[in-house]
Amino acid sequence: MRIGVVTFPGSLDDRDAQRAVRFADAEPVALWHGDHDLAGVDAIVLPGGFSYGDYLRAGAIASVSPIMAEVIDAANRGTPVLGICNGFQMLTEAHLLPGGLIRNERGTFVRRDQTLRVENADTAWTNDFSAGDEIVIPLKNGEGGFIASDDDLDRLEGEGRVAFRYVGVNPNGSLRDIAGVTNERGNVVGLMPHPEHAIEPGFGPDTDAAMRSGVDGLRFFTSALRALQAV
Amino acid sequence: MPILVVDVMPKAELLDPQGKAVHGALSRLGHTAVSGVRVGKRFEITVDEVTDEVIADVTTVAGEILSNSVIEDVVSVREADAR
Repeated sequence: MRIGVVTFPGSLDDRDAQRAVRFADAEPVALWHGDHDLAGVDAIVLPGGFSYGDYLRAGAIASVSPIMAEVIDAANRGTPVLGICNGFQMLTEAHLLPGGLIRNERGTFVRRDQTLRVENADTAWTNDFSAGDEIVIPLKNGEGGFIASDDDLDRLEGEGRVAFRYVGVNPNGSLRDIAGVTNERGNVVGLMPHPEHAIEPGFGPDTDAAMRSGVDGLRFFTSALRALQAV
Repeated sequence: MPILVVDVMPKAELLDPQGKAVHGALSRLGHTAVSGVRVGKRFEITVDEVTDEVIADVTTVAGEILSNSVIEDVVSVREADAR
């Protein structure tokens, strides 16, 4: 299985995402924002960072970059697409996911190991979890406040499209503690926290077992492999 | 060259953390008459000429790219006063 990771000007976590793909026993493929070419990949990750310096709005300029035309087509065909942090912002800007992300409620950049509850374990990026699982992965953002109209929020909840919710602490003022959402089909998932930073013992969040031993993020990527194998 | 001005503001019903932070600073400085601040964006778009077609195009751009209708409103699209 080949999973593409798109690099935009200002992407920071593209290499980490590629590494996470490798740790999940898939082949990472570096994709470039300026190309109209997905290199035939089976799934796509839009990584974190500060594309275009967050100019205009976070993810806004990247969401209209050349490769996004192909990403949107692929998403609409059912290809698994994961947007992490800035990638999540791009997916909302591209209207592949509902809602929007605004500056954190308290106005400050937040970095913490964040507990999340998996609300929907039927998506292409969460099927290796069980609904209700609590996981810990790093969160680091300045504009991570998820917002949508009350009607949209009700619809998302009703359709089971809240993929992840913050547990314990809501770090950025996201409405209804929403950390990540999915599209109707379940192939497109976006979230603010960073699964790609919790894939290798020694470099992940602390757990009760040992410092930096958290690898909950790896299952996002193994989920994609399971989804692709099931097709 | 004529300039079209596009004003974009965060939706009134949404929290504006940036405006809140500015308001907090003004309060600390003793500007007690200020009871609220909201921060938006102004785009100055230089065009070759102002026609209905150009205004329509910029209005489309304002709604689709310069603003995000989930979180912001386009307040106005107008021609700048001559300077």
